[in-house]
Amino acid sequence: MDSKLIISSSPHLRSKEDTSSIMRDVVIALIPATIAAVYYFGMGALGVIISALIGAVASEALCQKLMNKPVTINDWSAIVTGLLVAFNIPASAPLWIPFVGSVFAIVIVKQLFGGIGHNFMNPALAARAMLLASWPVEMTSWVTPGPDAVSTATPLAIIKGAEAIDMAKPSFFDLLTGNIGGCIGETSAILLILGGVYLLYRGVITYVIPAYYIGTVFVLTLIFGGFDVANSMYHLFAGGLMIGAFFMATDYSSSPMTQKGQIIYAIGCGALTTIIRLWGGYPEGVSYSILLMNVAAPLIDKYVNPKVFGEVAK
Amino acid sequence: MKLLSFRGGVHPPHRKKSTESIKVERAKDPATLYIPLQQHIGAPCKAIVNVGDTVKVGQKIGEAQGFVSAPVHSSVSGKVKAIKECPVPGGKGLCVVIENDFANEIHESVVPKGNIDSLTGAEILEIIKEAGIVGMGGATFPMHVKLSPPKDKKIDTVILNGAECEPYLTADHRLMLEKPESVVYGLKAIMKVLNVDKGYIGIEDNKPDAIEAMVKAAEKESNIEVVGLRTKYPQGAEKQLIYACTNREVPSGGLPMEAGVVVNNVATAAQVYESITTGMPLVERITTITGSAITNPNNLLIKIGTTFEEIINQCGGFKEEPGKVIMGGPMMGLTQYTLEVPVTKGGSGILCLNREEATLPEPSNCIRCGKCVDICPAFLQPLFISAHSLKYNFDRAEDYRALDCIECGSCSFICPSKRPLLQSIRVAKREIIAQKRKQSK
Ligand code: SF4
Ligand code: SF4
Repeated sequence: MDSKLIISSSPHLRSKEDTSSIMRDVVIALIPATIAAVYYFGMGALGVIISALIGAVASEALCQKLMNKPVTINDWSAIVTGLLVAFNIPASAPLWIPFVGSVFAIVIVKQLFGGIGHNFMNPALAARAMLLASWPVEMTSWVTPGPDAVSTATPLAIIKGAEAIDMAKPSFFDLLTGNIGGCIGETSAILLILGGVYLLYRGVITYVIPAYYIGTVFVLTLIFGGFDVANSMYHLFAGGLMIGAFFMATDYSSSPMTQKGQIIYAIGCGALTTIIRLWGGYPEGVSYSILLMNVAAPLIDKYVNPKVFGEVAK
Repeated sequence: MKLLSFRGGVHPPHRKKSTESIKVERAKDPATLYIPLQQHIGAPCKAIVNVGDTVKVGQKIGEAQGFVSAPVHSSVSGKVKAIKECPVPGGKGLCVVIENDFANEIHESVVPKGNIDSLTGAEILEIIKEAGIVGMGGATFPMHVKLSPPKDKKIDTVILNGAECEPYLTADHRLMLEKPESVVYGLKAIMKVLNVDKGYIGIEDNKPDAIEAMVKAAEKESNIEVVGLRTKYPQGAEKQLIYACTNREVPSGGLPMEAGVVVNNVATAAQVYESITTGMPLVERITTITGSAITNPNNLLIKIGTTFEEIINQCGGFKEEPGKVIMGGPMMGLTQYTLEVPVTKGGSGILCLNREEATLPEPSNCIRCGKCVDICPAFLQPLFISAHSLKYNFDRAEDYRALDCIECGSCSFICPSKRPLLQSIRVAKREIIAQKRKQSK
């Protein structure tokens, strides 16, 4: 009997949390906003979401099969990617768009770089950038929520007035609840924050990245927007800032490891977002800002080393 | 009471319920004892008895070799049957095998040594050294060495570690409840040796009754402070404990004395009391026997040299097949391959996990969640050290300060991908140290 005792080095106790429980928590956190999207945008949104999910899960499984790796679709990470891809696409987009986006996210951005944990960019955002570059029309035909889905512009485009849109900006309340034009996941700020709070509570993310990201956007839009608090608040809740700050910028593998690094990264995201929104040619800046900072993350990690316990300050 | 703490750390489940309210009982003496000649960090002892000799309780049977070493004593009276290699908790080691005659005859050398007031610091130090006292929390560093700092190091504080931050273990908890005065007495003795006048006893706040008992026992001592510590692992790690109590950081690569502090375990202090007042050297200790595979978990006062098997049988044996038997706690303890190993001076627990709990989780890709970085109490980045170590890139592992790892295991505990972080960091540390040795030759 003795010989059957397991010999291993300490520790002999492991936490209950594992990769799938974390990813499952992210999915749970996204559910309220998903339901709201379907509620506002109807079947179109549902179609986009399902198509993105199928694309993500199927391509992950196929990829891993082909590469002779264990198939890990039950770790929920493909579902997270699929959902986030769908959230980055307007509800009126043709169904192949989310599918192509998911396949791109999984195959090119995730699996080719070595699978979970090795992607250097947020897969969903990379997919969005790719889709936007390839099919700009399909990706920017916004519709108003509701059954009659007339075409509209996003609140940010409206306040920017870039495209000479003659339209009243939506009320703050509509902004909060998601009764506005935009991508599926750019809508209900309140429900996204709720999801973010759930992730914070579950310890999946820490406050650092969302707080510094959102804080930076607020401060900068305040300074450059003529100290108009209402305008700054509008910037916070419009567009993809909430989903970006809570769900995209916090992506584990494409953000820095240390708290100090994360602060730099999040402030960078916030600054870029504000610059693109205020002065760029494009009304929304969240996805490109995060992608740019994703690329910078390894560099940040390299130069920001935490002070080791007991290390004498240099 | 303000709770003190450190930055980082994890919250493993406590799992102390099954033994924390069980009074310490004396274990039955076994017929045969295996007393290892090395139960401490440092040089092994030389046996000073021969096969066939009769020995008595408290009689010295192994003489310390060199300064960093501690003598060992017989824990029973009887006959030396053999001196041979036997399984010991760390592998194999030379043991004095003693056949118990159950007469319990006490050796002549075991007489009360006086009291704190009548003894000088140097005399107390000598008593500690002769009694073979080592760190009983598991580190087993010879105590007299700790209490003899180099002249240029100014020690001004003594901290007793009553955190017992390892899950499952309750031996120190019971000791503080049942013999708080001996702990305080031991602390005073240590303070006298080091000639310091500030003493702390740090206890995690999941043991409010122990805090209360210790506060009461230390009531009259104006220079001893009982402090509540936030329940968090590794609260009892030396450097973290020092930081919590005094706000001082022990320099990287340095010993606690460089922060002017000496840390001892509460059980070690209680042993100092025993050795001064009764003259009995370190021949028995309190050990928690617990875990999912044990029928009757218990806290037992065990004669050093008693085998695990003997003790486990006294606790009703296994109620299901054990997967792992660990000496110590689940975070830092050592797995054993046989139950023939004896309880030693540093054996704070015998933890028996069932198959299910013992099975090692399958590691998957690091998802770079950063949790290991967040919680490392030494402020390291375990994922990078581990990654470099797994690629045999030990120089890079050293750049990431692998040597500052205190081997607490928090990173492996928290990792959602179940990466063998500490396991690979240990490999790196060993390699780096070996490299350094080679270079300095
Ligand atoms: S805790 Fe594990 S998964 Fe997370 S960063 Fe560290 S090694 Fe990677
Ligand atoms: S790297 Fe070392 S000190 Fe840090 S958590 Fe892991 S075991 Fe503990």
